[in-house]
Amino acid sequence: MAVDKLTVKKIATLAKLEFNEEQAVSIQQDLSRMLDFVNKLNEVDTEDVEPLVYMLNERPTLRKDEPLQEISQQEALKNAPDKDTDFFKVPKVIKR
Amino acid sequence: MEKIYSSFEAIQQDLKTQQTTCQLIVKAYLHRIDENKHLNAFLEVFADEALEKAKQIDAKITQNKAGKLAGMVIAIKDNICYKDHKVSASSKILDNFESLFSATVVERLLAEDAIIIGRTNCDEFAMGSSNENSAFGNVLNPIDNSKVPGGSSGGSAVAVKANLCLVALGSDTGGSIRQPASFCDIVGLKPTYGRVSRNGLIAYASSFDQIGPFTNNIADAALVMEVMSGADKMDSTCSAQEVPQYSNHLNDKKTYKITYFNSCIENDGLDAEIKAQFMAFVEELRAAGHTVEATDFPYLDYLVPTYYVLTTAEASSNLARYDGVHFGYRSPNAVDLESTYLKSRSEGFGDEVKRRIMLGTYVLSSGFYDAYYTKAQKVRRILKTKTEEILSDYDFILSPTSPHTPFDLGKQIDDPIKMYLEDIYTVHANLTGLPSISLPLNKHSNGLPYGFQLTAKSFNETALLAFSHQLLQNKN
Repeated sequence: MAVDKLTVKKIATLAKLEFNEEQAVSIQQDLSRMLDFVNKLNEVDTEDVEPLVYMLNERPTLRKDEPLQEISQQEALKNAPDKDTDFFKVPKVIKR
Repeated sequence: MEKIYSSFEAIQQDLKTQQTTCQLIVKAYLHRIDENKHLNAFLEVFADEALEKAKQIDAKITQNKAGKLAGMVIAIKDNICYKDHKVSASSKILDNFESLFSATVVERLLAEDAIIIGRTNCDEFAMGSSNENSAFGNVLNPIDNSKVPGGSSGGSAVAVKANLCLVALGSDTGGSIRQPASFCDIVGLKPTYGRVSRNGLIAYASSFDQIGPFTNNIADAALVMEVMSGADKMDSTCSAQEVPQYSNHLNDKKTYKITYFNSCIENDGLDAEIKAQFMAFVEELRAAGHTVEATDFPYLDYLVPTYYVLTTAEASSNLARYDGVHFGYRSPNAVDLESTYLKSRSEGFGDEVKRRIMLGTYVLSSGFYDAYYTKAQKVRRILKTKTEEILSDYDFILSPTSPHTPFDLGKQIDDPIKMYLEDIYTVHANLTGLPSISLPLNKHSNGLPYGFQLTAKSFNETALLAFSHQLLQNKN
């Protein structure tokens, strides 16, 4: 199934990815080929089959919903690419 | 000349008779790691820390207080978290990231006095079958440096094969433990989905991923599984089923009922010599008293497509967290919030990861969701039901692990579909959640190794390990 340029653009926007002209052509081809490949699934009759969502046959065990302080604010900020003493920092959002 | 150990039993014996110490063992591995840097198996070696830990454990051994993994040196795949250590999933996007906590498996291994010696190279976010998708370079196969080690857990497989550690952990989403085990001539086990906690494993496809061991023998795999497995309150998909003492059953000699799929063996992609060897192996098993029968499994061609729809969908969701804000890489070209996301992600992720995020986003997008995602979930149910029906008549499904021996570096990287078909025999166990192992049973006339794969009933690692032990002992 051929995917058009506009679809690649739309999907990239949803995925928060950007591609230059050349990359967009290559991803368009890859996506088309991958969709051709997975379209094979249409050959399988799935009438009246329930989608499989949970892999375990047993009921998942849930732990008690208790508030826990597992990490400190400093730890939460430890890996941030940009921060001050209390907050994550991002480039300016509101333009003057 | 330092001694190279290929089993934990031998290490324990020498520790007991004071022929060696944990410190000597760690030093020997560090030396070998240094000598084998060209393999690029490790992204980071925790040298000083491993030596310090070895010293502490040596003291515990003298006091008779050591845990049951005292003397075992383990490497972990670079997608398993270890508190205050870097973990990157071999991606630039996790540049300089240090984990705030340890994976449950790491905690359990450390509690029994295992020593973690370093983190191993892998395909970026575990996406790949040749370890050529790492942001930190290719890993070389120690048996032939011009060949790939397999992937995605290539570094872990190489670390065990080249004796850079005794055991390594990998993760297996579609064959990422078993295929590199086959390519590197060692044992690789993917446990039943839910047997081992995924807490602290960087997620690729959450309903497929499982952590498992690479080892030189079955006894080591059994022991590590006993320590790692079992319920975990941090992972609600981890089963509450009790963990058997796998080690106690390894010498259970039984005859089994085994099946193989005609479609696997008649597959055009299968190497002719591997096919012939496989049929000869079937005859050997029959001669040893096992029942081996062929079964029709008409779904082989649907396995990889189902796998790619579902895993890319799950990946596109799991990888949404890499936003350039909270941790990891931020593009220096970001000028506002939107470009922080777009540029950090586009520069931080490699090509294969972006390709899979795009496919996953497509199959989940409005208008295509039912046609692709729901459809694949339905096919997955059929695959699981049909496979369970087959395993109600048989103990194991036998197949080659991979359709061929390790291929040349750079040979298949340009064709994603061809690379995806590498996993044709392995994805089955992940789609169905079943335990599966690759056993180093063969050598091809081209001089390279290849494995055979056994898949068992859900949560029947006991029989899987016992039969595997029997097969490897007969080989030796």
